[in-house]
Amino acid sequence: MLKIRVMPVLLFKPPTLVKGRGFDSWRRIEVPQTAIRVYNMREVDELVLVDITASGEGRSPDLQLIDQLADDCFMPFAVGGGIRSVEDVRGLLSVGADKVVVNSAAIETPNLIDAITAEFGSQVLVVSIDFRRDAAGKATVHSHSGSRPTGLDPVAWAQEAARRGAGEILLTSIERDGNMEGYDVEMTRQVSASVSIPVIAAGGAGNYGHMVDVLENGGAAAVAAASIFHFTEQTPKEAKIYLRERGFATRLA
Amino acid sequence: MTKVGIIDFKTCNLDSIRRASESCGVEVIVADQPGELAGLTHVILPGVGTFARGMENLKARGLDAAIHELVAADVPCLGICLGMQLLGEVGTEGGQEIPGLGLIPGRIERLLPRRPGDRIPHIGWNEVNFRDGGPLFADIPSGRDFYFVHSYHFVTADAKDVMATTPYCGMFSSVVGREIVFGTQFHPEKSQKWGIRLLRNFFSY
Repeated sequence: MLKIRVMPVLLFKPPTLVKGRGFDSWRRIEVPQTAIRVYNMREVDELVLVDITASGEGRSPDLQLIDQLADDCFMPFAVGGGIRSVEDVRGLLSVGADKVVVNSAAIETPNLIDAITAEFGSQVLVVSIDFRRDAAGKATVHSHSGSRPTGLDPVAWAQEAARRGAGEILLTSIERDGNMEGYDVEMTRQVSASVSIPVIAAGGAGNYGHMVDVLENGGAAAVAAASIFHFTEQTPKEAKIYLRERGFATRLA
Repeated sequence: MTKVGIIDFKTCNLDSIRRASESCGVEVIVADQPGELAGLTHVILPGVGTFARGMENLKARGLDAAIHELVAADVPCLGICLGMQLLGEVGTEGGQEIPGLGLIPGRIERLLPRRPGDRIPHIGWNEVNFRDGGPLFADIPSGRDFYFVHSYHFVTADAKDVMATTPYCGMFSSVVGREIVFGTQFHPEKSQKWGIRLLRNFFSY
């Protein structure tokens, strides 16, 4: 059967990867090349690299860098950050990205989703949705690395993205990101129940139990994580063994 | 001397398949014109994107006819993902009937969910099962996971052309083959150890 994917996420603020807490207090860590080589050796299921300041700084994807990084990547590789056009997507696919991740530009111009999928098919496009909850617990979508409130409801936006042709949703809880206290299982559940495309849960993984929770109770098709793989002894492979022992189908080569 | 041609019809990333093929120790060229296909011992038709665009791009460069000529000259052909689908007779994207290369009889149909867990596109690692996988699966056990990312699947006209199946939306043909023409719905170049083994097997065929 289709396996649950455990996906490391690399958050990139050129020239290094960064780690934050609640999309803030960004600390610089290693350069992406190093992380990619390590993950490649560990044969992870899939890798996501997102340039988190590209949209805010009006930058397009750095094709030369992605070309280099893709050369070390013998596994599925999704790239995001600053993608605004079909041509940006074409460029990334041609240098080695297997999928692209679009966030802010899709919110600004939803038709971009239709245009990308008409040209390349749904399977290349991951629509990334970052959300915050206010004091009352109401969730709204924020773009530009969490800095711009959009007023959009995550469920409604996910449904629109799916309708327009998105292949997958990458759903990230902003306040939980980097805090390693668990995913926002309830929002994952709501979004997964509202679309028939795969939903990747992100933001908050602190231990393997959190992954079980979001898979079992959140309906996620895959779990993404950054901090736990960078800052603890936990590994994607161990995560998959843990999940398998608890009844989830994961890939163990 | 093995010389592999990867057909570039401007639909997808060729870097991965090129590097994966080179890692098997064979000579690899990328060809986007029929004239560049001389002297090949093997040909790969990769592909990402829509059936309509794929066929359009092949025909625009005369690559559809060129592929037929290669097969007629006994050059083994491996179609990957969209490339596998283009080997069929008809694609049905967008509710239309679009002629394919017709090298393996069959139609390309949309995957239809059968259980609540069947989300479309089918994305991720899933098992490829066979009793006799043929030359592509030498030294590869049945049931290993390969990487899939697709919304359509190949429905063969002849069950004999199904070389392996994968459980999703019921079950679909993940590998098809007829004589020297093969197709894999998954991406061997993204499927790490077993994918590279499959490519090696193809290049030894």
